[in-house]
Amino acid sequence: MHGRPRIALKPEDAATSAAKAAKLRDLQAQLLLHHHHRIYTSEALAVSSKLLEMNPEIYTAWNYRKLALQHNLNEVTDPEIVKSTVEDELRVVEMALRRNPKSYGAWYHRKWVLSRGLAPVDFEREFRLLDQLLKADARNFHGWTYRRFVAKLKNVSEEEEIKFTMDMINTNFSNYSAWHNRSVLLSQLLKQKAQGFDSKDGILTEEYEFVHQALFTDPSDQSGWFYHLWLLDQTASPDELFLISSWPVPGSDLVLSTNEKMDGYKLFPTSNFSLCYFFHKQTFPIILYFNQAVKGVSSSTVTINSMFGANENLIWKPLSTTTSREAHCWVTYLNIPDVNSSSLQACSVEISLGHSEGIVSSNGSCYKYPLQFKYTIKLNNNNLEQFDGESIQELFVWNYEDVCCPAEIPYINSFDQLKISEDSVAKGLKDKKWCLETLSNEINLFKELSEENCKFVNLTLARLLVAHDAMMSHGALLVRKSTHSEEVLKLYEELIKLDPTHKRYYEDERSLVLMSQVTLDEEFLMKHTWHFNKLTSSSFHNHACLQLSGLSLSRISFAERLLWVQMLDLSHNNLRSIAGLEALQLLVCLNLSNNQVSSFTALEPLKLLDSLRVLDVSFNEIGAHPIDTTRFLCLSPLSHTLDVKLSVDQYQNGDIKFGDHWEAILLFKDLRLTQLDVRGNAVANERFGILLTEMLPTLNWLNGEHVRL
Amino acid sequence: MEDLVAEKHVKYILSVEKKKDDFESLVLEHLRMNGAYWGLTTLDLLHKLGAVDPDEVISWMMECYHQDCRGFGGNIGHDPHLLYTLSAVQVLALFDRLDVLDIEKVSDYVAGLQNGDGSFSGDIWGETDTRFSYCAICCLSILHRLDKIDVEKAVNYIVSCKNLDGGFGSIPGGESHAGQIFCCVGALAITGSLHHVDRDLLGWWLCERQCKDGGLNGRPEKLTDVCYSWWVLSSLIMIDRVHWIDKDKLTRFILNCQDRENGGISDRPDNAVDVFHTYFGVAGLSLMEYPGLKSLDPAYALPVDVVNRIFFGKQRAPSLLAS
Ligand SMILES: [Zn+2]
Repeated sequence: MHGRPRIALKPEDAATSAAKAAKLRDLQAQLLLHHHHRIYTSEALAVSSKLLEMNPEIYTAWNYRKLALQHNLNEVTDPEIVKSTVEDELRVVEMALRRNPKSYGAWYHRKWVLSRGLAPVDFEREFRLLDQLLKADARNFHGWTYRRFVAKLKNVSEEEEIKFTMDMINTNFSNYSAWHNRSVLLSQLLKQKAQGFDSKDGILTEEYEFVHQALFTDPSDQSGWFYHLWLLDQTASPDELFLISSWPVPGSDLVLSTNEKMDGYKLFPTSNFSLCYFFHKQTFPIILYFNQAVKGVSSSTVTINSMFGANENLIWKPLSTTTSREAHCWVTYLNIPDVNSSSLQACSVEISLGHSEGIVSSNGSCYKYPLQFKYTIKLNNNNLEQFDGESIQELFVWNYEDVCCPAEIPYINSFDQLKISEDSVAKGLKDKKWCLETLSNEINLFKELSEENCKFVNLTLARLLVAHDAMMSHGALLVRKSTHSEEVLKLYEELIKLDPTHKRYYEDERSLVLMSQVTLDEEFLMKHTWHFNKLTSSSFHNHACLQLSGLSLSRISFAERLLWVQMLDLSHNNLRSIAGLEALQLLVCLNLSNNQVSSFTALEPLKLLDSLRVLDVSFNEIGAHPIDTTRFLCLSPLSHTLDVKLSVDQYQNGDIKFGDHWEAILLFKDLRLTQLDVRGNAVANERFGILLTEMLPTLNWLNGEHVRL
Repeated sequence: MEDLVAEKHVKYILSVEKKKDDFESLVLEHLRMNGAYWGLTTLDLLHKLGAVDPDEVISWMMECYHQDCRGFGGNIGHDPHLLYTLSAVQVLALFDRLDVLDIEKVSDYVAGLQNGDGSFSGDIWGETDTRFSYCAICCLSILHRLDKIDVEKAVNYIVSCKNLDGGFGSIPGGESHAGQIFCCVGALAITGSLHHVDRDLLGWWLCERQCKDGGLNGRPEKLTDVCYSWWVLSSLIMIDRVHWIDKDKLTRFILNCQDRENGGISDRPDNAVDVFHTYFGVAGLSLMEYPGLKSLDPAYALPVDVVNRIFFGKQRAPSLLAS
């Protein structure tokens, strides 16, 4: 029930209502009787039409009329009888729609009758009806859906329908339904490259002008802004597929040093011995990061030539928390040869892609730039003094009192050294000339309007500036210093004041800009990268630790710029989600303490981090919220993405029920943590601690206390 | 802040059950099965499901069951339809009485309504709508019979209804609408396919449904209405963007729509109450973690404990055992 005032009926109204109720009850009873006894006489049909006029929603009555039509026309060949029967149906529908123009049953009945093809359709009548109904309510989406149906039935051209949306919009700019229909029709024509629609640039330019009229007339009306956002997306979103980052960095000259036991190795650049990676296994990761999520990365689309084994044996894995086999970031592992028996001293690893067209993004673009790059790896089995292997005994504390700052970080801005796409970027930019010009025009236009304190103007301006920066930096950093990020941050600050209802949205958008700013700034990164070199018995002290704490980050982005990080401190931010971290395949230690993570399901990306050993999620909100907002964004039986092949009984002892802790169980059973801190979360109690130690046999430290010897 | 008059709402719902003769009840008679689901789920969220006799409800429900085609009608004597079959299955799940169903037959009925393009018809008459995709997928998932349909095709059809604003329509080309978005996002959630959703784009569209009065509307430039508390909130939760709206303001809007004397919640402040809006109001409050309410699962539209019982409960344990 909608729009009925909450008042008691006056006695005389109550009497009318009772009379109406009696009539309705009688008609309903008669209808059901006719329906069940298959009585399709004209008297019986009259009952159903009276009923539908009173209550068009009663679906069984529409079904009854369909059966009646089929029954009564079964052996009829006289076109006049057929025609008048069809007419009757259309009349009943019209009556019903006059009572309720949003009746699903009535609209479908009309479609059903016309789709029979029993009599020629009087299209004039159909469009007349639509005109009446859309005049009464220009936003009636049933009407619009029916219009698309009739237009298709009559083979009305898309161009003509576009003109109709133009008329509707000119009558009233605030007609989201018309804008929507326009976007549907236009994108169809652009996709078909229909005559007059083969130049996307030309069409979009006209559309920008058209929507400006609406935006300037009433900037507070949402309808035009959503259309403008679609145009912006058409202008700025990348068609081209690029590789934007990789690990190791192309051209790296690395020394790989292992011990005789072969239970791990150390890797460092020839130029800098103090910065090294420890790997506790005998495989060497190669990571590729694309500007869009892609599928189809495999040993046939990417070739790796090296002495480390045959290319066709390599298995590429998408780093994705879904079952889609589509990801920005892909990883494969090379096997390290046995240095004891091998005479190998130095070898090169050569990677090439683009030779075949199998790498495809979700919007259908193919990776097509042939690309080759290589690393040199010198093998060495003398350099490794003492190796701790997997058994990291020492409690690691994120304590910055005893740290030192590395002189240089050769891995920073690895994306910058990925010179691979420079040619294609140059070519791409030329293609994008129109896009960049358009973005600049729009930016100038909305800058003029931004004084008016309209949230949509400010938000659009922020989006335009971000899009402009992104387009300028595709694949390489051509404009590092001239980005608009300061300006955008200021716009979001203003938006938070202007529209506090959507504060958290603006904060999340701001966080993306902050992440971009921080990860681009070499000086900042140098200042926030540390070595914990006072640690004695642990192998951690050689890892570079990036400290991004206390920055008001609420989500992660630009992970492609952080592929080199082995220790990451994200404490004291406002993170609710860690989506994106799955790309950091080298990560060993992660500090998420003092954030707003509210469930274990939000930690799903950690399952993809094979090297992760130390995790701090203390002082978050895990267990504090009865509503889990990532319940359907992780692999689980609820979404049919995970067949639980583990014994429920195993975790079903005493007070612990699998159903109560499935999120924790499904997360931790796949992690090989040696240290975990969950203090300061609602979920953390003694019983839960027992569950964790049972689930994590590798665990040495829980909540700062030694678990087992 | 005004409080939730929970006891009054319980009384109101129980009274609606008995009131069948006035015009307003008669108009809704054909969808009494939906009404049962709305009313009973509300009672459960308010911890008062015990106030009704399950056997009485179930025996009425089974009178709405069509032995010949195996679907449920909206009331006794009415034709079977997916909309009511889902409600019936949900109510049985609430009572933990799915055992009264011939699960193979009911799931055959639902699966039989899938069309060649992956879409679903609501009944034999062929109306196609993504609402029915949701009904079918949710229903089969609760019955553990999702393997009876072509899930990939079903998902592709829903994706073909995705619009340029990130939302979804009832058929390809149809305008985005919060109710339709819930159906599509819900179906994608249940089938593990939320990667097809542009969560930032859709999230922004959805959070812009919150208007100055704190309430939510279902489409741009429309009036706010309590029922969108459910459609919009559940969608925002499934895509992890619910923090983009102001929960305090929305809570106040819903509480202001209560009939504080006679119980029930209306579409807008001071309008006439009905079971539909009472459910959506209480559901919205539950999704915003209002104290004292059971929490609701955003995809299955059933209390979380009921959903956990379906997927992690005892009867499921054998198939969870290690292979
Ligand atoms: Zn409503």
